[in-house]
Amino acid sequence: MTDKELVESLIYTKPEALTSAVTHYCPGCTHGIAHRLMAEVIDEMGVREETIGVAPVGCSVFAYDYFNMDFAEAAHGRAPAMATGLKRVNPDKVVFTYQGDGDLASIGAAEIMHAAGRGENITVIFINNAIYGMTGGQMAPTTLPGQRTTSTPLGRDVKVHGFPLRMCEILSQLDGAVYVVRRSLHNVANIRKAKKAIRQAFEVQRQGLGFSMVELLSSCPTNWGMSAADALKWIEEHMLAAYPLGDYKVSPAISKQGGN
Amino acid sequence: MAKELLKGNVAFAEAAIRAGCEAYFGYPITPQTEALEHMSKRMPELGRVFLQAESEVAAINMVYGAACAGVRVMSSSSSPGVSLMMEGLSYIAGSEVPVVLVDIMRGGPGLGNIAPSQGDYNQIVKGGGHGDYRPIVLAPATVQELIDLTVEAFDLAEKYRCIVIVLADGSLGQMMEPAELPPMQAVRSLDERPGWALTGAKGRDPNVITSIYIDPSKEEVFNRKLMDKQAEIEANEIRYREVLLDDAEIAVVAFGTAGRIVQSAVKAAQQEGIKVGLMRPISLYPYPFERVRRIAEQVKAVLVVEMNGGQMVDDVRIAVEGKAPISFYGRMGGMVPLPDEVLEEIRKVQASIAMAG
Repeated sequence: MTDKELVESLIYTKPEALTSAVTHYCPGCTHGIAHRLMAEVIDEMGVREETIGVAPVGCSVFAYDYFNMDFAEAAHGRAPAMATGLKRVNPDKVVFTYQGDGDLASIGAAEIMHAAGRGENITVIFINNAIYGMTGGQMAPTTLPGQRTTSTPLGRDVKVHGFPLRMCEILSQLDGAVYVVRRSLHNVANIRKAKKAIRQAFEVQRQGLGFSMVELLSSCPTNWGMSAADALKWIEEHMLAAYPLGDYKVSPAISKQGGN
Repeated sequence: MAKELLKGNVAFAEAAIRAGCEAYFGYPITPQTEALEHMSKRMPELGRVFLQAESEVAAINMVYGAACAGVRVMSSSSSPGVSLMMEGLSYIAGSEVPVVLVDIMRGGPGLGNIAPSQGDYNQIVKGGGHGDYRPIVLAPATVQELIDLTVEAFDLAEKYRCIVIVLADGSLGQMMEPAELPPMQAVRSLDERPGWALTGAKGRDPNVITSIYIDPSKEEVFNRKLMDKQAEIEANEIRYREVLLDDAEIAVVAFGTAGRIVQSAVKAAQQEGIKVGLMRPISLYPYPFERVRRIAEQVKAVLVVEMNGGQMVDDVRIAVEGKAPISFYGRMGGMVPLPDEVLEEIRKVQASIAMAG
């Protein structure tokens, strides 16, 4: 091999849509994977300079430190309303919210329901890890029956605490929701499918078709009290049954562009 | 422009449009709903944004989002609805984005009723939401003032990057009287939006708008910045009107509709030979403390009249510093005082002065 044949080929690097900041997320947490997938999609679509993100209250409250784009930080649960305001006066921009299960399915249930019902042309990335992370592991609306949390120390008793909410199933019933799917981040194959869905969701917005949401089953090793590896197994063994992966709403208007 | 017969709620909505308001988000609530209805017709006609939100909680957060994009944006509501907006207003204050809100107050607490009241004074003037902040609060007494202060509210909100609340009551929202609307201002183009706005980071570093400062030392620096801004507002933005105060022995202090009613009572009392004048604060924050204090030094007694159980009277007490006796007359529950009732209170104060010699 001669010197001339040595060609440097960069095959993996940090997306431009991410900053160089070191995240505050716990080891093994899947927020980092979700961030990266979104950043890759935004780079691939070439829309970083056209994109405005809305961060939630929860572990990802500082998402704006990690995404290299314009960002607002919403009140707890209100991200879809804030994104509505941003999108209505910036209709040609890409506006997304990034929300956890407490933010989206509990305190922000009204805002997400009506953003979907209006067919608000925004993209929602919904991180479902079945627990409250930032406040230290309390019951979430998506906590599984029997699951122990710091506010259900004997496990979630559905007679007392009620049943988990399945947001994809609920939101997919609304006419304004055009792309509502659930994916998981527990292994490589599913991560690749998650990225395709995120791309599709952003494409739906780009085409002006309406409300899009990708729910991502995610891990919380710290508050689940597990190793990172065991937490991924727990998603597979427990969360997949309660939250089946799949396409809950894919409007016929959606082209096959971007794959699914 | 010529005067027209205008209903208060329609008048402030149209005034906002002419002030360049680009987006309105609201939720129906009596007695301000005509404003929302006017916006629902006019804003789309002009290619601007109108959206009826699912709640006042959502409405104020939509306003928050649009304000982050650097456009002129507003909402309007009435007391129970404004209570629901307090969370969002605190975040807006913590993010320093300009927002205009009109509160057409009604009787309370709770669901109360839909009649005129000034029961929101403490909530609105003292901040209302959590944390250290004050909105600028402007209190009109006529439909013309409601129009003029709404226009001014947009300028002040942008000048200080703060919340400006126009605080009126159901009678002003519902009444019709002749008033003149301002000329139409153009809405600003995308290029004219402020440098801090969220418009997509094209060819520049990203803008971030947030209200979280997790390091207490940084939060305190931000708090001090807000306090400094408040000091500037207190130095520059005090507004009030005075009637017949020059040689008065009694000063009546009243804002908004109560102030307008007091003005009739003061004129009637003057005809009886009572030396009485009116001090009507228009900016409730910043409050004209210094002016009220000076008046208290010149008169023998102060009477405060409000359409509540006695809220602004606390600020009058702070201003007066015990330099003059203060009496209070209030009607509550959506009851509006009649000029004769106020006149009777003025006579009582006059009698107490005479007794004191």
